[in-house]
Amino acid sequence: MIVLRALLSRLVMTAITLFGVAVIVFVTIRVVPGNPIAMMLPPGATPEDVANLTALYGLDKTIAEQFLIWGQGVLAGDFGTSITTRQPVLDLVLGRLPATLELSIMALVMAMLIGGVAALTGTRLRGTRTEGGIDIANGMALSVPDFLWGLILILLFGVLAPIFHISGRITPSLDLPFVTNFYLFESLLRLRFDLWADIVSHMFLPALALAIPLSAIIGQLLKQSLKETMHLDYITLARTKGYGENHIILREALRNAILPTLTLVGVQFTFLIGGTVIIERLFSYEGLGNMAIDAVINRDLPLIQGIVILFAVIFTGVNLIVDLTYALLNPRLRHA
Amino acid sequence: MNLNRRSLLQLSAATAALGLTGLPLRAQGIEELVIAYNVNLPSWDPTVGPSAVNPTIQGIYQSVFDQFILQQPDLKPAPGLLTEWGWNEDRTKVIMKVREGVTWHDGSPFTAEDVAWSLARAADPATGNPINFVWSTLANFAVEGNTVTADVKQFDPTIFKWMYFLTGYVLPKAYFEKVGPEGFEAAPIGTGPYMVEKFERNAFVRLKANPNYWGGKPEFETVTLKFVTDAAARVAEVESGSSHVTLEVPYEEYDRLKATLSGTATPVSDIGMIFLNDIDVMLDPNVRKAAALAIDKQAIIDRLLSGYGVAIDTLETPDYEAYDPSIKVGYDPEQAKALLAASGFGPDNPVKFKIQTTKGFKPKDYEMVQAIVGLWRKVGIEAEIEVYEIAKHYELRAADQLAPAAFYNWGNSVADPTTSTGFAMFGPSPHSVWDSADLVEKIAPLWGEADEAKRIQGWKDVSRYIAENAYVIPLLQYVQPVLAAPGVVVTPHRSGALLPHLMKRA
Repeated sequence: MIVLRALLSRLVMTAITLFGVAVIVFVTIRVVPGNPIAMMLPPGATPEDVANLTALYGLDKTIAEQFLIWGQGVLAGDFGTSITTRQPVLDLVLGRLPATLELSIMALVMAMLIGGVAALTGTRLRGTRTEGGIDIANGMALSVPDFLWGLILILLFGVLAPIFHISGRITPSLDLPFVTNFYLFESLLRLRFDLWADIVSHMFLPALALAIPLSAIIGQLLKQSLKETMHLDYITLARTKGYGENHIILREALRNAILPTLTLVGVQFTFLIGGTVIIERLFSYEGLGNMAIDAVINRDLPLIQGIVILFAVIFTGVNLIVDLTYALLNPRLRHA
Repeated sequence: MNLNRRSLLQLSAATAALGLTGLPLRAQGIEELVIAYNVNLPSWDPTVGPSAVNPTIQGIYQSVFDQFILQQPDLKPAPGLLTEWGWNEDRTKVIMKVREGVTWHDGSPFTAEDVAWSLARAADPATGNPINFVWSTLANFAVEGNTVTADVKQFDPTIFKWMYFLTGYVLPKAYFEKVGPEGFEAAPIGTGPYMVEKFERNAFVRLKANPNYWGGKPEFETVTLKFVTDAAARVAEVESGSSHVTLEVPYEEYDRLKATLSGTATPVSDIGMIFLNDIDVMLDPNVRKAAALAIDKQAIIDRLLSGYGVAIDTLETPDYEAYDPSIKVGYDPEQAKALLAASGFGPDNPVKFKIQTTKGFKPKDYEMVQAIVGLWRKVGIEAEIEVYEIAKHYELRAADQLAPAAFYNWGNSVADPTTSTGFAMFGPSPHSVWDSADLVEKIAPLWGEADEAKRIQGWKDVSRYIAENAYVIPLLQYVQPVLAAPGVVVTPHRSGALLPHLMKRA
C-alpha cells in the first residue's frame, strides 16, 4: 500500500514535470529569434502573403491561444503537424523513437560490457601496471567527448580500415520485412541474421562513440565500489573459507558493489539518449536526435515540441523505473 | 569465470567478429549509384511548405518531377513538358504547348490538363504555395488539345522563368485528386527521369530509372541518395567508397581528394554579400563606399577559399542576364581612408558599427567576415562581429532590423535580375535591407517592363547606381565542389542542383 501510494505520488509529480516542460518549451521556442514563416518567405512576398502564411500555420494567434489549442490536441493524442514535412508529429516522433532507443540500448550494453570488464580486471589485478593502464584509458575515454570519438572511429574503421558502415541505419538496397521500427530486435525475432548483421554494422560505430565515455564512468565507479567492498568483513570470511579471488569478486563482492553503478546507469541512460543528438547527425543515423537538429534548424515548432516532450517522457520514465528498481534491489528500502 | 589474458583475448576476438559480420557491401556494382547528399528531404510535394523554396532540395525534386520548362546546366531554358510558351501580342494571355507522348510514373498519360491544374493549384492561396504571389498573376486556364491558355491578371515578364524555378513543377492531376496530399507524400509520382522506389525520412531515398522518360532513360538504373548532412562524414563516405558521389565538401578536402577521385568545381548561382542597412553610420555614403573599397575580395577567395570563388562587384554574376562587366568596385584602401577622413574618421578615430554573420552556414562565412573586419580596421572602421543563426537572420531581415552590416548568401538559379538585384534591393520586398526612396524609384518601373532589352538594360543601370552608392557589398560567387568515384562523370548544373540523370559512366 505504501509502495502504491509512493508510486501514485511519483506519477503525479511526473505529470506536473511534463506540464512544466511543455509550457517552457512552447513559450521559449516562440520567444527566441527565428520565425518559421520568415524562413519560408520567397523573394517578393507581399505583407498579405506573410499574413496568409502566418495564419495558415496558426501563428497569428497569441502564445496562450496557441498553447491552449496545442494542449487540447495533445490530450486527444494529436501533437500537431510538422511544418516542414507536413506529417503528424506523433507519427514522425514515434517512427524515429525505436531507432534512437535501439542505438541507446546498444551503446549502454557496450558501455556496461567495456566498463564492467575494465572494473573487474582492474580489481582483480589491483596494484599492478594493468590497473594503472586501465585508469589511464578511463581518463582518456572520459576526456574526449563522444562526437570526437565518433570522428576518430569514422577515420579508423570507416576510412582507413573500412570494416563498419559510417552512415545510415541499414543498407538501402535491402528489402525490409519489418512491421515495427525496432529493426534490430525484429530482425532477431524473425531470425533474419543477415539483416541483423547489417543493422549492427551500421550501429556499431555510433553506439561505440556513445559508449566509450560512459564505459569509463561505469568502470571507475564499479572499480571503486568493488575496492571498498573487498575490505568488508564478509569478504574476509569468504577468503578464510578458501574461495578463490575470482569467485570472491564475481560471486560475493560484485552483487553488493553493483548497486550504485545500476543507479548511475539509469541516470546516464537518459543522458545517453540526449547524447544521440550529435552522434546521430555525425553518422546520418535516422533517429530522433537527427530529426531534432533538422527541426531546430528549420524552426519546425510543432516538431520541436513533440520531440522535447518525448525526451521529457523518457527522462522522467527512466528515472521512475530506476527508483523503483533500486527500491526492489535494496533490501533496506524494500523493507522500509 | 577466470579473468585472465586468454579470456580477454577471446572477448576481443568475439567483438571483432561481430563487426566483421556486418561488412559494408563494398562490391556493389556501379549500377547502384550512391550519392552522399548534403541535405535531408523533408517533404515530397515540391510546391508547398518550406521545402518548396529551399534551393538545396531542388535537385532531388528535379530527379522525380519535371518542371514546366526544362533548365539546362548553363541555366538557359529549353523545351521540357512545355515545348513552346509565350504571350499573345498585347500580353493579355499566355499560350503554352504541351509535350505529347509523355507518361507519369504510374503509366498514365500526361496531358495538358495536368499543366493547367498544376498552375491553377499553385495560384490558389489555400494550397499554401509560398510563390503564390507569382502564380496568381495568371487565371482562367483553358485547355484545347495540347494547348493551355490563361488570362494575364498582371503582367510579369519573368512568369516563364518561374516555370523552371521554385515551385514550378507539374504534378499529376488525376493521381493527386485520387490519393490526396497524404497519399502523394507516401507514394509520389512525376514524369521525371527517376521514380521513387523507397524513401526513409532522414536516411535515404532510392530511385529507379524511368524507362519511359521523354528525355531518354538515365544511364544509372538505380540511384540511392543518402542524406549525409555532416561535411566530414560526406568526405569519409566518398573516401571509403561507401558513396560514389558527393558535394559541398570543404575546399581543402576537395583539393586533397581530387587527385584520387574525379572532381568538378563549378561556379554556381549562389553569391556571398554584405547587406548594408540604411540606418546609423551607413547613412553616410563615405562610410559605405570606404567599407566596399577596403575589401580585397580576391585575396579572401585565394586565402580562405583556396581560390574557389569568383569576385563580383554587383549582385549579378557573369552567368546572369544583367551582368555588366564594366561595373567595377576595386580594392583601394587609400581611397577608403580618404573617404573616411572626409567624414572625420580614421584609424585613430574609427567609425564603429556591428556586422552580423552566420558561422558554418556557408563555407568560411565567419572567417571571411573576420578577414573583412581586419581589412576594415586598417582603414579606420571598427566593426563588432555578432554571430547568429540563419533563422534569426531571416526574422531580422523580414522585420528590417538587421545590423548596419550583415553577411548573407543569395541564390538566383534563373539568372534573372528581378530575382537577384530586384528582390534583394527593392524596398517593399521583405528581403531587401537598403530601402531608400531613390532606389525604389529606379527599380519600380522595371517590374512590368515588357521590352526585354530595355528591361535588362534597366537592371544593369540599377546595378551601376547601387555600386556607385555602395548600397550593398557584393563579395563573391560561390564555387560548388563535387567529388565522384573514378568512372563516374558528373555534369555540374550552374543552379547548384546535383542531378543524377546528368551523371554518366566514363
